[in-house]
Amino acid sequence: MIRIVRKEDMTGVRAALVRFASIVAALVVSMLIVWILGYDPLRTFGAILQGSFGSKFGILNTVVIAVPLLLAALAVSVAFSMKFWNIGAEGQIVMGAFGAAAVSMNLPVGTPPVVAILLSLLAGMVGGAVWALIPGLFRAYLGTNETLFTLMMNYIAIQWVVFLRNFLWKDPAAHGFPIIATIPANAFLPKVFGIHAGWILALALAAAAYFFLRSTKLGYEIRVVGESERTARYAGMDVRRVLVLGVLISGAAAGLAGAVQLTGVTHTLSESIGGGVGFTAIIIAWLSNLNAPAIVATSFLFAALKQGAMSMELLVGSPSSLSDVVMGLVLMAALASEFFLRYRLVREQGAKGRGPLAPPEAGTDRKEGS
Amino acid sequence: MSIRKPAVLVLALVLVLATLFATGCTTGTTTKVKVGVLYISTVDDGGWSQAHKRGIDAAVAEIGASKVDLMELQNIPDTDTAKTNAAIDQMVAAGCKIIFATSFGYMDAVAAKATQYPDVKFEHCSGYKTAANLDNYFGQIEQPRYLSGIVAGMKSTTGKIGFVAAMPLPEVIRGINAFTLGVLSVNPTAKVYVKWTNTWYGPDVEKEAAVSLLNEGCDVLAQHQDSPAALKAAEEAGMFGIGYDNPMGTQAPKAYLTAPVWNWGAYYAYKIKAVMNGTWKVEQYWGGLKEGIVALDTLSSLVADGTQAKVDAVTTDLKAQGNDYIFKGPLKDQTGTVKVEAGKTMTRDEQMAMSWFVEGVVGEIPAS
Repeated sequence: MIRIVRKEDMTGVRAALVRFASIVAALVVSMLIVWILGYDPLRTFGAILQGSFGSKFGILNTVVIAVPLLLAALAVSVAFSMKFWNIGAEGQIVMGAFGAAAVSMNLPVGTPPVVAILLSLLAGMVGGAVWALIPGLFRAYLGTNETLFTLMMNYIAIQWVVFLRNFLWKDPAAHGFPIIATIPANAFLPKVFGIHAGWILALALAAAAYFFLRSTKLGYEIRVVGESERTARYAGMDVRRVLVLGVLISGAAAGLAGAVQLTGVTHTLSESIGGGVGFTAIIIAWLSNLNAPAIVATSFLFAALKQGAMSMELLVGSPSSLSDVVMGLVLMAALASEFFLRYRLVREQGAKGRGPLAPPEAGTDRKEGS
Repeated sequence: MSIRKPAVLVLALVLVLATLFATGCTTGTTTKVKVGVLYISTVDDGGWSQAHKRGIDAAVAEIGASKVDLMELQNIPDTDTAKTNAAIDQMVAAGCKIIFATSFGYMDAVAAKATQYPDVKFEHCSGYKTAANLDNYFGQIEQPRYLSGIVAGMKSTTGKIGFVAAMPLPEVIRGINAFTLGVLSVNPTAKVYVKWTNTWYGPDVEKEAAVSLLNEGCDVLAQHQDSPAALKAAEEAGMFGIGYDNPMGTQAPKAYLTAPVWNWGAYYAYKIKAVMNGTWKVEQYWGGLKEGIVALDTLSSLVADGTQAKVDAVTTDLKAQGNDYIFKGPLKDQTGTVKVEAGKTMTRDEQMAMSWFVEGVVGEIPAS
């Protein structure tokens, strides 16, 4: 029998080595697959790096991809800090984009861009917050399982936009094709250093999240609720209030991601505006230990990987599924290394010896990452 | 929560080291013309994207593989503007001089990118927007659809023909109408039953729609779908079917009659050459059987006697008259109201916006 046991966290050089080795292993396996499929591994690898870091252009594109990842990962990190498993960032992004679209398309013609942009972003935050609030209230007052609830809310949000695209908001100028019209240009995010201003918002939010969770009363309460709701209650905290506020903040940040994508990148609403960002964000937040500065770096590297995967397909001519395989392998290796840094496998001589008094720290420990 | 040295720092180190190492390995510049192609699905989807890929490959073969550098990206959803933008950015960064965007939904993204990159030529399939460096192109698939209607009309014994249709858009409606007019030209009492799937590619729903049409008594199925699911359903039921996009004979040999197919190759070769010669211009290309961009696949041995002769005769007329041969008055809608008077034909704009079914179609266009 093999058992999973929590162990002392590895630190410093040893931990770095484990992580290094796991990523190298993933790349070696990837290149092996690339080679078996008949592509030149060195050229393929070169294409990944060239696409993401090889030029100023590549780096700019990588940042564009990183912005929504960063915003959404920060969003889920707030919820995860209080052990509220917000799997619904994707839907909150979509509803954020919906809110921003609804406002930007209905502002009077000639609204100054500053006003239009701010109102659109605000509407995006409201959209995401409302979408997160629904499962948040159910969890706080009825004890509903928020993992399933937030997951299901994604599909409702996506189908709502499909409905808008096919019926309510179908662009009459589109010759019968089901698309939603472009938002007015006064709500377009301006570019700063060649990239839409969303990157400034994202970095500002990262700093805000860092100080919020560490240095504010609510941030502290959120972390205590995450450690143990009972402790929080014992300390006289209003757990429901903390849950609801935390969920609102998380949803608003995800909604902002959607609004930024709409006003900065796509300029038109569609159900694909989330593009899976809400799910990737969960992995990013987790790999970064819910630590805001780490989330910034991880988001950028994930974006580089995404961008690199595309350029691998483009420059080497390999199928898109191969890019997905490489990305998947790197991800799995990163997650696996985190696992082996926290737990170890123990081989037991016959399982009979194990009584009901199994070590309490085995696997079920709620004190993740401390 | 303690702050642990994050894994990302290590990942960053690996990537930086590898960049230094790998930049020395990448190849230098070439004098080939770089051609970008965006596909909505994979190029082996058996349908739409495969047809475009077939065309691109034919074009490269014609121009010479030593002169063209293909830069292709598959699986770019045309509703995912962010991904579409990123794909186009990458293609431009890689040096593409002409980019073919092969799905309607790319239109707004392509239009925006055409403004951003005035030195790159953009070719958008099936849309309607143009700019100095943005052209669109499509083919009159209605013509082979009309011919396939003749094949279906001559084969059907029940007088009930099914049509598995993707989206209630003018493009699809135009095709159903052309098909129906083809059916009625040889089988005036037949009816064409339409079932919507609301997806271009969805083998499961396509099959479901096909089965329900077969259950209603249809003995020949046609489709505006990108998978051979309806054909296979017809084969399982011992009935017959007409494919789309590509020759689909090998998919359901016991049911396959023929298919209206795309041959984009000639157009792609022409446009790539135009970029090489500096003669590229906006044309809003809309060719038909005469130009060869669309065709009817070789008839299988399952078609009714005399079909080939009839198809050949009408093909000659279609090549001479184009879509005017199909959409000429008198044409009535499902309620019997005359939509096109005798002696008149539909203009291109009217065809592009077609949103009513001709008499003989059973089914509704959902209101929107």
